[in-house]
Amino acid sequence: MLTDQAGKGVRHDAPGPEQSAHISLRTGGDLLQLVSPEGERISHPEFDVWVKDVGDEQLCSLYEDMTVIRRIDAEATALQRQGELALWPPLLGQEAAQIGSSRSLRDDDFVFPSYRESGVAYVRGAHLSEIARVWRGNASYGWDPQRINLATPQIIIGSQSLHATGYAMGVQLDGANTAVLAYFGDGATSEGDVNEAMVFAASYQAPVVFFCQNNHWAISEPVRIQSHVQLADRPTGFGIPSMRVDGNDVLAVMAATRVALDRARKGGGPTFIEAVTYRMGPHTTADDPTRYRDPIELEDWAAKDPILRLRKLLEAKGLLTDDVEARVKAKADAVAADLRSSCIGMPDPQPLDVFNHVYSTPNSWIERQKDHYSRYLSSFNQPVEEGAL
Amino acid sequence: MSKLTFARAINAGLRKSLENDPKVVLMGEDIGSLGGVFRVTDGLQKDFGKHRVIDSPLAESGIIGTAVGLAYRGYRPVCEIQFDGFIYPAFDQIVSQVAKMHYRTQGRVKMPITIRVPFGGGIGSPEHHSESPEAYFTHTSGLRVVAVSNPQDAYTMIQQAIASDDPVLYFEPKRRYHDKGDVDESLDLATALPLDRAVVVSPGSDVTLVAYGPLVKTAKDAAMAAADEGISVEVIDLRSLAPVDYPVVEASVRKTGRLVITHEAGQSGGLGAEIAASITERCFNYLESAPVRITGFDVPYPYSKLEMHHLPDLDRILDGVDRALGRRNSLSGLEG
Repeated sequence: MLTDQAGKGVRHDAPGPEQSAHISLRTGGDLLQLVSPEGERISHPEFDVWVKDVGDEQLCSLYEDMTVIRRIDAEATALQRQGELALWPPLLGQEAAQIGSSRSLRDDDFVFPSYRESGVAYVRGAHLSEIARVWRGNASYGWDPQRINLATPQIIIGSQSLHATGYAMGVQLDGANTAVLAYFGDGATSEGDVNEAMVFAASYQAPVVFFCQNNHWAISEPVRIQSHVQLADRPTGFGIPSMRVDGNDVLAVMAATRVALDRARKGGGPTFIEAVTYRMGPHTTADDPTRYRDPIELEDWAAKDPILRLRKLLEAKGLLTDDVEARVKAKADAVAADLRSSCIGMPDPQPLDVFNHVYSTPNSWIERQKDHYSRYLSSFNQPVEEGAL
Repeated sequence: MSKLTFARAINAGLRKSLENDPKVVLMGEDIGSLGGVFRVTDGLQKDFGKHRVIDSPLAESGIIGTAVGLAYRGYRPVCEIQFDGFIYPAFDQIVSQVAKMHYRTQGRVKMPITIRVPFGGGIGSPEHHSESPEAYFTHTSGLRVVAVSNPQDAYTMIQQAIASDDPVLYFEPKRRYHDKGDVDESLDLATALPLDRAVVVSPGSDVTLVAYGPLVKTAKDAAMAAADEGISVEVIDLRSLAPVDYPVVEASVRKTGRLVITHEAGQSGGLGAEIAASITERCFNYLESAPVRITGFDVPYPYSKLEMHHLPDLDRILDGVDRALGRRNSLSGLEG
């Protein structure tokens, strides 16, 4: 059952007697869709059952999470423009892909994200200051990975797919039924590490889900430069079943992720999900997509906006009441205010912190440099003696 | 005390670590039924199972990258890189992930990963099988780098490396794998010399000669030969390349006033350069002459018929000792 606490502590048990093994994965170029861009619920003979527990309240809760992370994204972008954050990688347009997948996870599952998965971090229970401080330059990590079972976001493209696979191998050694999920993008599928991860995952049948958000752009390079085939076709050659889902359809994303996680838990091995979505913003706040992207493409995708789509579904169901709208707005406002105040109020690190935690045990090289730099800093506080050189 | 080859000594150390800690797993290419191309892991898969001694796909980045994930999960992976020259596909995972994870997460995630690398030349191999890539890793903060020179250290230090909460690159001198030596298998790790210490293996008073890995034996032989000419050479086995145990080297140089460093790796930007600079900074006033480096040339590792010219040997080291002492040597009369 899904709980309804703004995505926190979400637990999902596989629904009923259905077996993920019965689902026929990867059939042609079909795009799994359970909600049309017009907000109509499309029934599907195999996948409906995987979201049958998602009732009205849960739909509203998903809507809230998606709205809140879009607000986090907008506020963080503003904070960057105001000089409070050094950089920010926007997730605008990818809310359904991030919320639908992360809300399918159990607390004991482990997630290896890339740098753009701030929505996932929010759902997993990261504090807003923890999300902000990496981008402010106050630290290289946000949250304690072991506290919320979410690894420190990876900047080296695709590297984390191997870490997820290794973690899943550890889960197997432990005999646990935890599932592991790796997030990466379309560009990452060209990296050797992602391909090696699929080799290892297939060879050992590791309980890992490769969740690829195909947002169509790797900075300025369109996805066609990365691949001549659909990304969901790539894992087939490794012997890994895959699904191609509408990444702007939160219900489809949930259904596919639940199937994949269930396969992992039941010893079915790895699964690859291509969530077809769109990066509506720049790569980061340092990027200028007008140099390489046709504005018409952006308009096309704006019509398929994941939040707009869910709104239409809620409206059609009569769920988008003033009360719900007000509650969601209040929540988004509060979160944005928290993000802003925790960001601006963040204390700077101390100069000698630069030497901390390079090693877990004392290291003579580091200790000597720390001692010398400490003396250097102290020298500014000492009066200069007359005649001293 | 038992007489073991270098390879058997590492094998015994690995076995002990596997016995003592269920979180220790071995990963690598051909390490299972074959026992590794040098047989270092011989018999371990049979005794500990395929789940703890894992034959990996042929993908070095994959081996190290999955080891990172296993470490995240609480395991202590021991990865074998089959040959020194095969480590580069894993370079990104080692440098960007293994080395930096502890710093990145401010200690929340430890990387107790040991990466075993057979290194160095002298076995008549084709290209990519005889390299000495240690300086890439000593230059990378977050890694500990060690090179073993004898079966006892091989046995002890592999266990210390595995027990270390920091990642360790463990370089094994492949041309010494069949050398035999006494190994005390009852040695207590808690009282053994720590992993980051150098040792004086041959005391002397005229020149300090610093070596590590395969050249420690050559250096000791050179010291014996020098003694025949009445020159007293103090040989130091560095053991740890990052960090270097400078107090031991300093104490020796303060006594001898002369320093020779030898390694198989090329000279420019190598460990010898770092040691020469650091010792010059730390005990300039004790030096009677400029530090001397006797190293491999700044060339790609040559084809095997030429490798004896590339590798420092006893005579080249003695020539360097003569230079440090201001005695007649091959470069006498040259300036700079």
